[in-house]
Amino acid sequence: MTAISRLSRRIFIACSLGCAMFASSLAQAQLSIEITGAGASRIPVAIADFAGDDPMSRIVTGTVRGDLERSGLFKMVDTTGAALDENTPVDYGAWKNRGADALAAGSLVRSGNGRVETRFRLYDTLKSDALGGAIYVTNAGQLRMAGHRVADFIYEKLTGERGIFSTRIAYVIKSRNQYHLQIADADGQNPATALSSVEPIISPVWSPDGGRLAYVSFEKKKPIIIVHSLASGERKVVANFKGSNSAPAWSPDGRRLAVVLSKDGNSQLYTVNADGSGGLQRLAQSSGIDTEPRYSADGSSIYFTSDRGGSPQIYRISSQGGAAQRVTFDGTYNVSPRPSPDGKSLAFITRRDGRFQLAVMDLASNQIQVLTDSSRDESPSFAPNSRMILFATEVGGRGVLSAVSIDGRIKQRLSIAAGDVREPAWGPFLK
Amino acid sequence: MKKLLSVVFLAAVLAACSNTPVPEDTGAPVESRAGSGTDVKTVVAGDLDASGLPRELSDPKSQLAQRSIYFDLDRYEVKSDYQGLVAAHAKFLTANPGFRVLIQGNTDERGSREYNLSLGQKRADAVKRALVLLGVQDNQVESVSLGEEKPKNPGQDEAAYAENRRADILYRAPDGRGEF
Repeated sequence: MTAISRLSRRIFIACSLGCAMFASSLAQAQLSIEITGAGASRIPVAIADFAGDDPMSRIVTGTVRGDLERSGLFKMVDTTGAALDENTPVDYGAWKNRGADALAAGSLVRSGNGRVETRFRLYDTLKSDALGGAIYVTNAGQLRMAGHRVADFIYEKLTGERGIFSTRIAYVIKSRNQYHLQIADADGQNPATALSSVEPIISPVWSPDGGRLAYVSFEKKKPIIIVHSLASGERKVVANFKGSNSAPAWSPDGRRLAVVLSKDGNSQLYTVNADGSGGLQRLAQSSGIDTEPRYSADGSSIYFTSDRGGSPQIYRISSQGGAAQRVTFDGTYNVSPRPSPDGKSLAFITRRDGRFQLAVMDLASNQIQVLTDSSRDESPSFAPNSRMILFATEVGGRGVLSAVSIDGRIKQRLSIAAGDVREPAWGPFLK
Repeated sequence: MKKLLSVVFLAAVLAACSNTPVPEDTGAPVESRAGSGTDVKTVVAGDLDASGLPRELSDPKSQLAQRSIYFDLDRYEVKSDYQGLVAAHAKFLTANPGFRVLIQGNTDERGSREYNLSLGQKRADAVKRALVLLGVQDNQVESVSLGEEKPKNPGQDEAAYAENRRADILYRAPDGRGEF
């Protein structure tokens, strides 16, 4: 109960902050997150208030708790009255009695030059054992990143999977006929504008190293493909052929892009060098539409959408070319294939009874599960740990982002007051 | 008086016979050569609309003022209802080979943005193919797609979607003036 009321207060603060910022500058608009579903059994975890400089410690503690709570896999155990840091001996029995399976305690220490050390230890209260700890050094202005790192550590130790709290997401906001390509932390905080344009921006995809985005821009009054270095703002046109240039997808080594060109009349699959130096090669040939290519995680094959069989369906082809195999058979509209980073599943959008819904196929069994009950789902994007899928959908005629776990249980919604959010792309793990 | 007139007449005749060209057969004022007098402004005879195009392309009474071809859901074939319209534009373009057209394909907002971009291209290509089959030169026609990105009707009902599943024909005159 405490956890829930704390959460709703936090959301309220995030929202009013978001609204106020929206009024002053759209580029600063904050995504606010609402949890609309949680895991069946959540691990009870106690995160003691981090010791040390109070305002800074509160930022880290709040970030860790918020991350773990939002993941839907953890339940926060009340830590009221507990004053401990990473060196305090732990009374395992007392924490077990409070209902905690795990406990984290830590502190913040200034280390000069505006730097701050965030130290912590994680304990398994059931086994009465320390699970390890770490020290993260950041600038005083990057304490939320330190908190995300702590949350990633805890998440990995307790679930066995890598955490995604320190990753970033990209998305497009449309507001008053302006398009803004935004980069934000995975929780929607710290948004920055990479590109603003009066013409549409679609299909952003992260380079495997997380330093660049490829996307489609209509700034030349027609779709062209641009690779954009986020730190420098340098932009390279990698495909501007006659007709449409769209649907970029990175090869896993980051050197090539699969793209869709209509230069020979029909939307067809090609590959080009990602650095703008050309190297155009035809990948497949059909008399219909071929689009939305995506490399499998191992780079051996490419999934794509084609209407060669009479309706848009998902196919797979070797990344060296050759014959295509059909992957989806149910229904008359299966599009936007996204193979998971772990190679086990394929997310896509399926149309059922006129509703467009996010579905996932288990690639071993070919079993398909529809993950949402919405009707306007688009543009799915896997988290780098393959556990969650971020996608665009619509609530009350407005574009919002949603995230759902691959079992469909955990659901989050990210929205911006008075803005249309679309075209999400989840970035890779931080190196 | 008579003598004076003769002198003037003689001077005029002499002037006319000399090798120096004299602007005598038009009433146009002679402009200073120091300006842009070497530029030539071409004037196309006839009635032009606000875009600088022949009035018949925008006159509601002319079939050529109809510029939109509508498509069924998920489809990109030009329906028989529009064959007369396409033929009228083909007739104009074959008779006026200096004119060019841009075909913009559009889709409704539902489904994949990328698939819709390709679907819009297919619709624009279908209109282009129909024009070329009727004798229009390939280089007179360019087909592009706007996908679902520039809906004409922002509504979210079947009427709005039907209006957005569309290809538009935009004209450009030989002098570069026009709609694109």
